Amino acid sequence: MLAAVASLAPLAYLVDVAFDRGANYLWDEIWQRRTFDLVVRSAVLAAAVTAASVVISVPLAWAVMRSDMRARRVWRVVLALPLAVPSYLAAFAWISWESSLAGFWGAFLVLTAVSYPYVYLPLTAAFARLDQALDEIATVHGRGSVARLMMLSARQCRGTLAAGSLLVALYVLSDFGAVATMRYDAFTWVIYGAYRAGFNPTRAAVLALVLVLIALVLVAAEAMARGRAVTTMTSRAVIRPRPIRLRRHAVWLQALAVLVAVVSLAFPMWRIVVWVTRFGTEDGVGDVASALWGSVRYSIVAAVITVLVALPIGLLVARYRTRASLLLERSTYVTHALPGIVVAISMVFIGVRVFRPVYLEAPLLVLAYVALFLPLAVGGIRSSAEQIPLGLDDVARSLGSPPMSVVRRVNLPLIAPGIASATALVTLAAMKELPVTMLLRPTGSETLATRLWTYTTVSDYAGAGPYALAIIVFVAIPTAIATGRR
Amino acid sequence: MFRSRRLVSLTGALLVVGVVASCGGDDTSTPSTDTSETTATDTVPVAGDPCADASGSITVYSGRSESLVADLYTQFTADTGVAVEARYGDSGELAGQILTEGSATPADVFFSQDAGALGAVSEAGLFTTVEASTLERVPAEFSSTTGDWIGASARVRVLVYNPELVSAPPTSIDELLDPSWSGRIGFAPTNASWQSFVTGLRVIRGEDGAREWLTAFAANDPVAYEKNGAVRDAVNAGEVAIGLVNHYYLYEKIAAEGADAVVAENQYLPGDVGGLVNVAGAGVLSNSDNSRGAQCLVSYLVSEAAQTYFTTTTFEYPLAEGVAAFESLPAFDELDPPAIDLSDLLSIAETQELLADVGLLTL
Repeated sequence: MLAAVASLAPLAYLVDVAFDRGANYLWDEIWQRRTFDLVVRSAVLAAAVTAASVVISVPLAWAVMRSDMRARRVWRVVLALPLAVPSYLAAFAWISWESSLAGFWGAFLVLTAVSYPYVYLPLTAAFARLDQALDEIATVHGRGSVARLMMLSARQCRGTLAAGSLLVALYVLSDFGAVATMRYDAFTWVIYGAYRAGFNPTRAAVLALVLVLIALVLVAAEAMARGRAVTTMTSRAVIRPRPIRLRRHAVWLQALAVLVAVVSLAFPMWRIVVWVTRFGTEDGVGDVASALWGSVRYSIVAAVITVLVALPIGLLVARYRTRASLLLERSTYVTHALPGIVVAISMVFIGVRVFRPVYLEAPLLVLAYVALFLPLAVGGIRSSAEQIPLGLDDVARSLGSPPMSVVRRVNLPLIAPGIASATALVTLAAMKELPVTMLLRPTGSETLATRLWTYTTVSDYAGAGPYALAIIVFVAIPTAIATGRR
Repeated sequence: MFRSRRLVSLTGALLVVGVVASCGGDDTSTPSTDTSETTATDTVPVAGDPCADASGSITVYSGRSESLVADLYTQFTADTGVAVEARYGDSGELAGQILTEGSATPADVFFSQDAGALGAVSEAGLFTTVEASTLERVPAEFSSTTGDWIGASARVRVLVYNPELVSAPPTSIDELLDPSWSGRIGFAPTNASWQSFVTGLRVIRGEDGAREWLTAFAANDPVAYEKNGAVRDAVNAGEVAIGLVNHYYLYEKIAAEGADAVVAENQYLPGDVGGLVNVAGAGVLSNSDNSRGAQCLVSYLVSEAAQTYFTTTTFEYPLAEGVAAFESLPAFDELDPPAIDLSDLLSIAETQELLADVGLLTL
C-alpha cells in the first residue's frame, strides 16, 4: 500500500495544479491542435522504438540463451550493457559527431539503442527457465527450424515480452535527455519547458496528465496482450536446456549482435575516449570519486528498498490474481510514464510540506527513486514468479511447510534470477536518472549523472569525459554481474 | 588537484584587483599564475559592510554553474567566515523549485543566470530587499526596480557569424528578415536569453510589432538548436551562416579550443533592439534563517574581487563601478542597448505563447 501511495502522490499534485485555472482552461488546453500533434509525435516515437526493441531482442536473447552461438556467454553480458548508457549521453555522443541526426531518426536511434535491454534482459531470464520439452516436441514433429523454435520460445514468453515492451514504451514517453538533445518535440521536452521557469505549471500538469492517460492505455493494452497466457512450466524447467544448433543462422545472428553492440555501446565509448584523450580532464580524481560515491550510495539503497517493496507485489500478482492485487500493480506502472521532471517537481512540492526534515536529504531522494522504478522491479519479479509451477507450492504445503516457509524455501530460490536482474535494473536506472536526482539530491552532494549533465549542457567535453567514462564503467558492473551469473 | 586551474585564475583575479587598487590604473593584462595569497584580504568590502556581523551557514540556489562559481564561494567563505551550501542547477529550474517550495524554501540566496527567473521569484513575493549599500554599487537600471534583487554581471545579445559565408554582417535584426538569409540563421528557441530578447522586443515594439518581426523571422526558416553553444558551433562549422546568441559564447570557444579553431566572429548591434543587455543577479529569500549571511554573499558578488573574477572567466561585463571589462570587448557604454526596465522581462509566459503562435516554439 505504501508503494502505491508513493507512486500516486505525484498524481494528486498534478491534478491539483491542472485544475488551478478551472476545468474550462484544462479542457481548452487538451483540445488543441498542438496537444494532438504532441500526442502523435510521442506515440509514433514510442511505437517505433518499442517495435525495433522487440525485433532486436527476441533473436538476440534467444540466441544467447538457447542456441550454440559462439561466445554466447560474453554476448549475454555485452548485449545487456547498453543499459549502462544514459540516453542523454548517447544522444550527445551521436549529435556531437553528426548534427544532421537531429529530429525523429536521431531520437529513434538513440532511444532504441539504450532501451532495448528492457526487453532483452527479462527475456533472457525467461528463456533461461523455459522448458526444453516443447522444443524437443517441435523438432520431433519436423518444426525444428531455428526461426520456428525462436518463435516458439517467444510465444511462451509472451508475458515477459509484453512487460518488456511496456517498459520500453513508457521509457520512451518519459525520457527527456534523448529527445531534448535530438531536438524532437516530444511530450517531455515540452512539459519540461513549461515547468522550467515555473511560468506555466498548469499547462505542464495538464500535459503530464495526458501522458498518464496514454500510459494507462498502454498498461491496459499490455494486460490484454499478455492475456491468459499459460506460462507455468514443469519442474524440469530448472534443468539447463541443451543448446540448439544454429548452423547457417549463426552468421546473421552474430552480425546483428555486432551491429547492436557497435551502435549502442562501442560508438558512445569511442566518443568518450576521444573526449578524454583529446581534451583531457578538468576535474580531479577526488571530484569524480565523490560523485561516484554519491551515485553508488543512493542507487544501491534505492534498489534494495525497491526490490523489497516489489517482491510481495510481484509474487502476489503472479500467484494470486485478484482485482486488488492487479490494481496495486497497475498503479505503480502509472508513475513510470510520468516524466522524471514531473515526479521531481511533485516530490519537491510534497516533500517541502510533508517531509520537511528529510527534504533535500537522502531519504526523500531514495523514496522518489522507489516510486519511479518500482515498475521495473515488479515487472522482473512477476515474470519470473509466473513461471514457478503452481503445483510446487501445493507439494511443499502437503509436506508440512507453513506458507511463509514455502515462500522462503521454494519460491524465493526459484525467482532468484528475477530478483537479481530486478535489483540490477533499478540500480542502473537510479544511477542514470537525471531530473529527480538533480532536484532532490542532498544540497552540496553530486552524482555522476548531475556532473555529466552540467558539463554536457555547456558542451564541455573536457569536463564531461571522466564522468561519462565513470558512469558507463560503473553502471556496467552491476549489469555484468546480474547477467553474467546465470 | 581540486579544480586547481580555476582556483589559480581566481587568485589571479584577486591579484589584479590588488594591482589596480595600488596603482590606480586600469591595466587588465593577464595575471601571472604565481600569486601570493595575502592579496585576498585586501578585497573584503569594508565601509557599511553587510558582512560585519555575518556568520553561520547559508544555502544558495545557484543558477550559475559550479565550474564557474564554486571557487568564488570558497573564497567568500575564507574571507567572511560564512559557510556556503550550494545547490547547482538551471536557473529556470531552480526558480521553479523555489516557486514550488513557496515560503518553506530552504534557500537563503538565489543566484540566477538571468533576470527573468529572478523576476518570477520576485513577483511571487519571495524576495526581501537587498541592502542599500550593496544596491548602490551597481547602476540602478541593472537591478530590480523594487530593489529586491541585484544585477551582478551583464551580457549583450549579438549576431555571431561565419566570415567565410557572410561578408557584410547585418547591423540590425531587421536585416535578418531579408529572404537572402532564408535557412541560414541559427537560434535556440528554448534558451532563456533568446526568450528574454523576444520579451524585450515585445516591450519595445509592442505586441503587434513583435509579432510582425517574429512572423517574418519564422518565414525565413531559421534553424532551431538546443542552446546557444550549439548555435555558435553550427555557425563556426558553417552549418548556418549566422546566429542569435550572447556575446561571450565566442570568447568561451576561443578560450577552450584556441583562436585557430574559431573562424566565427561577433557582430555587435549598438542602437538596435537586437542588442539587448540582460544580467545575471541575485536576491535574498525573505524567509531566510540567516539573512545576515545571505546579504553578505549578495554584497560580495558585486565586490571588486567577484566582479573581476566574472570578467576574466566568463567574459561578461562587470556591473560594479571601477572594474574593467575583458579587453576584446567593445566598451560597455558603446553598446547603446535598447532602454528597457529589466523588470519588464518577467512576462516570459506571454513571450512563449507568442513564439508558439508564430510557430517558433513548441508548447
